[in-house]
Amino acid sequence: MSAEPIKERMSGNEAVSEAIRQVNPDVMPAFPITPSTEIPQMVANFISNGKIDTEFIPVESEHSAMSAAIGAEAAGARTMTATSSAGLALMWEELLLAASNRLPIVLTLVNRTLSGPININCDHSDGMGARDTGWIQIYAENNQEAYDNYIQAYPIAEDPRVHLPVMICQDGFITSHAVENIDLLPDDAVKDFVGTYQPEEYLLNPGKPVSVGPYSISAYAMEAKKNQEDAMESAKDVILETAARFQALSGRKYGLFEQYRTKDAEIIFLLMGSAAGTAKQAVDELREKGKRVGVLKLRVFRPFPEKEIAEALRRAKGVAILDRCESYNGCSGPLGSEVTAGLYRNKVQIEAVNYIYGLAGRDFTVQHVKDIYEEMRAVCAGEKAAVQHQYIGLRENKN
Amino acid sequence: MRTDVSKINEQTPHEDLTEGLMIFAGGTSKQFRTGEWRTNTPVFESGKCKQCLLCVPVCPDGSIPVANGERGQFDYVHCKGCGICAKVCPFGAITMKEGITA
Repeated sequence: MSAEPIKERMSGNEAVSEAIRQVNPDVMPAFPITPSTEIPQMVANFISNGKIDTEFIPVESEHSAMSAAIGAEAAGARTMTATSSAGLALMWEELLLAASNRLPIVLTLVNRTLSGPININCDHSDGMGARDTGWIQIYAENNQEAYDNYIQAYPIAEDPRVHLPVMICQDGFITSHAVENIDLLPDDAVKDFVGTYQPEEYLLNPGKPVSVGPYSISAYAMEAKKNQEDAMESAKDVILETAARFQALSGRKYGLFEQYRTKDAEIIFLLMGSAAGTAKQAVDELREKGKRVGVLKLRVFRPFPEKEIAEALRRAKGVAILDRCESYNGCSGPLGSEVTAGLYRNKVQIEAVNYIYGLAGRDFTVQHVKDIYEEMRAVCAGEKAAVQHQYIGLRENKN
Repeated sequence: MRTDVSKINEQTPHEDLTEGLMIFAGGTSKQFRTGEWRTNTPVFESGKCKQCLLCVPVCPDGSIPVANGERGQFDYVHCKGCGICAKVCPFGAITMKEGITA
């Protein structure tokens, strides 16, 4: 039975903070950093005004924020934090511990570029930098998805088949600060959906002692890592089950990725985050001119849905893989590398061209998508060879 | 869920290990012979000892056992040979000797 939506208008940060208010997590250690600062600020306001009873821990750094989150979650508290950019980078060591200790912490990441050059605007280099830390990563296109993804995060993280931390990502400023319409769920509906946290094993459990994060000799560490990887693989099913349950509540459909007008598409734009809206607009305009184009918007980056993406692209002629992040590997962005590897392993032999766009807040426009379409069309028609790893909207000498 | 960790060994398949290698017990460090790491060894001369017990609380590894209000011989299975006890003893009842044996 769907809940009656509450119509509101909110920024992405407000939307996530509203979801936090509704979930009322037990503990939130956090340190402010642009553009995620508003989230701990708003949560602190909710606490001061008696709306929630979350224990807010003002820490001296993000290194401490994630350390405190690990301690709180291990103790048995439903825990969360928020950060961006250098803040996530400072959590690096603890991110891996949160995952290897199998602690279902939720982190709301407001994506901002990593220095340098120092810059406060959006790209995905912070989230992508943490892509191999063992966290589930779910990316939002807009404020609605940021809100919905936060509510789905705890049921995913706390499922016994998973027990892994979840990072909920939204684009800095573009999503976090722009105000858009949103449908909220009633408080009770959110509380019922998320449920009461009942960990099976935790430190503050009298009579049932447990040691968390012991030293492991080589005879055990590799097996532990395999188990962690297996949990990441089974997260895929749990994410889909949670999405189905969420759809029954909200009417909004989520999957590992969204396919927008891809059914008969010859050329597909694959990307994550707010730029998917730009690409959808371009697709609508190109479709009006009879071009068979579509968008594959990746929602779940970890676990990486390699097979599912490959199958979704199998009938296309070409895919433009758009990375809002540089890997500095001399050949490709992170999506470029992983999607292309997935196509090869699943024997999908289509044109796959990797582009870099929107670094450090650089605008990405409908015209850019149309330009990429024209190039992809020419490549797929055999009129020109694909040029990999081009920067979109870059100033350069043309001669 | 609460696996008896004494039944886990280096032949246990990964599926049978505990999640995150959690150990469902406290104080399990006693079972490990960490005294093997020692390169210097404290030597206790009971004749000089006045049983002031200053050495006991400063030992980082709890390797000075106390019974009936009196300290006894070092627990060399866990002592790391840090030498703090020798520094704190006002009566010269503890001296550090190079090597792993007293």
